[in-house]
Amino acid sequence: MIRDPKDLQRYTPQERANHWVVGISFILLALSGLAFFHPAFYPLTYLFGGGTWARILHPYIGVFMAFFAVLMYLRFWRLNVMTKTDKEWLDRIGEMVDGNDHNMPEQGKYNGGQKAMFWALTVCVVLLTISGVLIWRAQFSPPIGLVRFGAVVHAVAGVVMIALIFVHVYAAIWTKGTIRAMWYGTVTRAWARQHHRAWYRETTGK
Amino acid sequence: MALQSLDIARRSATTTPAPGARQTTEVAKLIDVSTCIGCKACQVACMEWNDLRDEVGNCVGVYDNPADLTDKTWTVMRFAEVEQGGRLEWLIRKDGCMHCADPGCLKACPAPGAIIQYANGIVDFHQENCIGCGYCVTGCPFNIPRISKEDSKAYKCSLCSDRVAVGQAPACVKTCPTGAIMFGSKEQMKEHADKRIRDLKSRGFANAGLYDPQGVGGTHVMYVLHHVDKPQLYSDLPKDPAISPLVSLWKGMAKPLASLALGAVALGSLFHYVMKGPNEVSKESEREAEKEESQ
Repeated sequence: MIRDPKDLQRYTPQERANHWVVGISFILLALSGLAFFHPAFYPLTYLFGGGTWARILHPYIGVFMAFFAVLMYLRFWRLNVMTKTDKEWLDRIGEMVDGNDHNMPEQGKYNGGQKAMFWALTVCVVLLTISGVLIWRAQFSPPIGLVRFGAVVHAVAGVVMIALIFVHVYAAIWTKGTIRAMWYGTVTRAWARQHHRAWYRETTGK
Repeated sequence: MALQSLDIARRSATTTPAPGARQTTEVAKLIDVSTCIGCKACQVACMEWNDLRDEVGNCVGVYDNPADLTDKTWTVMRFAEVEQGGRLEWLIRKDGCMHCADPGCLKACPAPGAIIQYANGIVDFHQENCIGCGYCVTGCPFNIPRISKEDSKAYKCSLCSDRVAVGQAPACVKTCPTGAIMFGSKEQMKEHADKRIRDLKSRGFANAGLYDPQGVGGTHVMYVLHHVDKPQLYSDLPKDPAISPLVSLWKGMAKPLASLALGAVALGSLFHYVMKGPNEVSKESEREAEKEESQ
């Protein structure tokens, strides 16, 4: 529990718990979902006690995640409204990826990329939840055309979301000093000053 | 290895070829709708041979009984009263799995070995590998598989694969009192159908023909129909059945490509880190932040 009192609070305990509830459910969903996505991943069903158990559990974990994803959306959506600066940031994203952030515009709590990620993930969760209900045979039996459509949407949104989460996780690993914000809530002042200057000013008054 | 006549040709959720050195004769069941009298002996024989006892249902006002296929009813007679050329026709069709050459159920199934296509053309469900997801229902162009409410496994007509394996005809064929259901090699059945169709045409059914839809690569259950141009008359037998383009999209090349794309994103991240290095907080930022703190 030793912390530098000068560190900045980025996430409250509730926000962190919410994030990890969604994160863990997502990992379980991705592993069981991939198993049904392509035969190459079918052995992943063994992590869940076999194919039938994976089939039974996947939709319930999905409902659970959807619920906590909505809570997380309500916590964070206001902070993720796109501004002109964010668009400018996104226009220069190539430089950022190239490892040069000198010309990047000043960012608030979230940069344009994080906001784009937030909205893309939101769309994925909505599509996955609705299409998931359509193909949940054990509970529902909608018209066959809808089920087929739902199956395609679920597969596409699932792949896109897994790819987005890869990027999300990598961005956190790449940007040193970031992951601690989701582990115990704080970041260093230098980190905030470098990556989220506007938020740094707002929080510290400097 | 399976029994000689049951060599495996295709297996669900399996991406490598099945053993294919041996060739067996393609079989087919031919249902001559024009000589069916709707006695339902085939339904009884199916129950008896396969040890199936569905719940006794209610009369729903028509002859169809039970009213639909279920996990425990693998074949039903469907009775349609239609007017053709100013005459009433009573068209009775024995419904059940068509044993497609290109089975939508097998294509959709995510569980390895839950659906098998034998070299003789029979498509069989192996319930011990079935996970109960219902994708077979999604894939089938004929709406045949049914998921049990008790065990969540998928069931349908097996074309009595156990009987065929030892040289017997399916139970429904064996019992049909008018010979409307026949069984043999697909070639023989087509030849027999030709004779029946010639006879029907000579009796004024100009559009009589064989229902062996090519959209699913042909089927191993075929019908002789008086009106092959209008299969919908026979309780909505589909006109040009094919695996839905949505199912092909869902289960086609997109998935291996998407899997590769996911791998590429993961590897791309790794190589980005290796080649560009981590995005660390610069010494300058640290100095500046410290300076600002102390102000």
